[in-house]
Amino acid sequence: MSSAGSVLDPKTSPAFPIAARVTLEDTQLRKNVRHATEVIQNKRARVVGEMPDWQQLRESGSQIRQHTMANLDYYLEEFERNCTKAGGQVHWARDGEEAKRIVTSLVKASGSSEVIKIKSMTTEEIHLNLTLEAAQVHTYETDLAELIIQLGQDQPSHIVVPALHKNRQQIREIFQREMNLPELGEKPQDLADAARSFLREKFLRVKTAVSGANFLIAESGGVCIVESEGNGRMCLTLPETLITIAGIDKVLPRFQDLEVMLQLVPRSATGERMNPYNSIWTGIHPGDGPRNFHVVLMDNARSEVLADQEGRQTLNCIRCGACQNACPVYRQTGGHAYGSVYAGPIGAILTPQLQQLHHAQTLPYASSLCGACYEVCPVKINIPEVLIHLRNKVVKQKGALTAEALAMKTAGAIFRSERRFRAAQRLGRFAETPLVRRDGSGEGWIGWLPGLLGGWTQVRDLREMPKETFREWWEKRGNHGR
Amino acid sequence: MHRQSEVVLQVSLFITCYNDTLFPETGKAVVKVLERLGHSVDFPAGQTCCGQMHWNTGYQADALPLVSRFVEQFRHAEAVVVPSSSCVAMIRDHYPKMAEEIGDRRLITEVAELLPRVYEFSEFLTKRLGLKDVGAYYPHRVTYHASCHGLRNLGLGDGPLTLLRSVKGIDLVEIENMEQCCGFGGTFAVKNADVSSAMLAEKITAVLNTGAEACTACDNSCLMHIQGALHRQRTGVNTVHLAEILANSEKEA
Repeated sequence: MSSAGSVLDPKTSPAFPIAARVTLEDTQLRKNVRHATEVIQNKRARVVGEMPDWQQLRESGSQIRQHTMANLDYYLEEFERNCTKAGGQVHWARDGEEAKRIVTSLVKASGSSEVIKIKSMTTEEIHLNLTLEAAQVHTYETDLAELIIQLGQDQPSHIVVPALHKNRQQIREIFQREMNLPELGEKPQDLADAARSFLREKFLRVKTAVSGANFLIAESGGVCIVESEGNGRMCLTLPETLITIAGIDKVLPRFQDLEVMLQLVPRSATGERMNPYNSIWTGIHPGDGPRNFHVVLMDNARSEVLADQEGRQTLNCIRCGACQNACPVYRQTGGHAYGSVYAGPIGAILTPQLQQLHHAQTLPYASSLCGACYEVCPVKINIPEVLIHLRNKVVKQKGALTAEALAMKTAGAIFRSERRFRAAQRLGRFAETPLVRRDGSGEGWIGWLPGLLGGWTQVRDLREMPKETFREWWEKRGNHGR
Repeated sequence: MHRQSEVVLQVSLFITCYNDTLFPETGKAVVKVLERLGHSVDFPAGQTCCGQMHWNTGYQADALPLVSRFVEQFRHAEAVVVPSSSCVAMIRDHYPKMAEEIGDRRLITEVAELLPRVYEFSEFLTKRLGLKDVGAYYPHRVTYHASCHGLRNLGLGDGPLTLLRSVKGIDLVEIENMEQCCGFGGTFAVKNADVSSAMLAEKITAVLNTGAEACTACDNSCLMHIQGALHRQRTGVNTVHLAEILANSEKEA
């Protein structure tokens, strides 16, 4: 069974090291995550490698997003104007609660007690489904992965491939149980067929849809969704009422910007040259598609992220998930350990900021700062830099009196003086003596360390300090060795 | 035989705090290689630490004073050589903005002037001196781990491997997932000990699969991490800094 039974809420989730200990014990999950991320990474590397101008594309993507964030108020209002002109209705939500109130009342007003949903991490961020269910509105996830998550009473572990932690056999078991198909086979075709017949009936019956958005286009008031399955297209065209919920960070200035984004997203996200389905809808059109179209623009602490000059680049994210696939930490733990629908490197910087660092303070430390995320990011978000920035905020928040802060202060004082540094080197040699054990060759090794340092010796030895530091050797040798 | 470079340089060694304390053999090896190539080495005694541990863990205020200390020690250096890729990344990627944060105009200028003369050890050999073969002899099976900061922040690329390929007698074997982090990450190894251990387990498996006697890299911090598990598991496999391989020559073997 999944390790994530309840919703992924940063406010109540355990610290990352604790949550990771649980997922690290899940052999099946680790095998699934390793396999899936490797497959996607290799596909990505292949299709990125064939682009001679990939680095220029990344730079363009980065520039477009930086420009947008620097003028976000302007483009949001432009989007509102143009969307309204085209027949859409724009609603503003300060936070998740307000967004959920708006969506719930819009669904009620549509007269439907059911909604079909397109995969949307923004709705997962605010746990929209729980609110709708509580208001007696039944939700049907139509993205295959989200359907697996919903039927399995599970939680998304990846922003692009939410059921990445499940393998085919596990998915088959969920479908057999929840769709009442005891004879279901385990071929991808069998599973896709089962999902298709399960969903088709909903597409044709349910009159109200809820979607997220990949991009909002300011100059046209259009909304863009890219997907692989076509379920999104169904939700955008068949219902009478369409409610799109989007973070305010999703806006792009011009239609032309899609030229860059629609090259960056598919190659980075799924290793495809182009997404199979690219939908852009603009307002309403008589006799074609939904008759009522709403866009809920949600802030939910994004303004606070924008206000932080160094953290701001986090909002440039276009949710491709490439950083998750490349991350050696995510590769071991999977997504649930991050206690948020935004897992992996982007989650480690986005989640704490969306919580304004009231929660999720361990996430900025959930990285070895290896930089693999930055290397693959299609809009060049310097994730290690933001992680370090957030660590600094956490340190300031915790104050100067923690054991770690005191140790760091002492180390800082040592490094500010050659004399103290030399003394510390001597003291270290002396202090470690009781811990040193000789191995067969007479070499000294430490196999146990106290306190926080015990994390090191749980699986690693530490060689004893040499009898002579480099500087002592250098001085003995005399400055004229040659 | 190795090619002596035409220019003779006065090289200042920034050994880094942990190499000074824990890996003096690496420092000695750097001195040996540089002197064998005809350059002279000095060691400014007031040097301590680049500030990486503080900076990366979030203790920015404690890291800041180390910028001016570094500049004081090395401002007149012809070239600064550092046998630790992560410390060079710290200096190169963060010192300019740290100097900005301190707000001292002179420091900002001095950092900007000094940075182009700061080299990671293998980078100094391949890029500054343009060498491939430094006349080393090392008759062992060796695998190379591409430390993250050297790989991604410094862009060392094939440089270290080029140097290793020219070593006489070496049996260089490629490791699977060479570019995957070993899981050290400084304080990450203790703050997220379980995840770090899981990452390390994959790296150790990859090292053992090569059948190598030693794993090498341009950064002793990764090697200390890898060595810690290799020793705990009594694998009999060792770690050795690139400089120590290059310092070994046939004459003394």
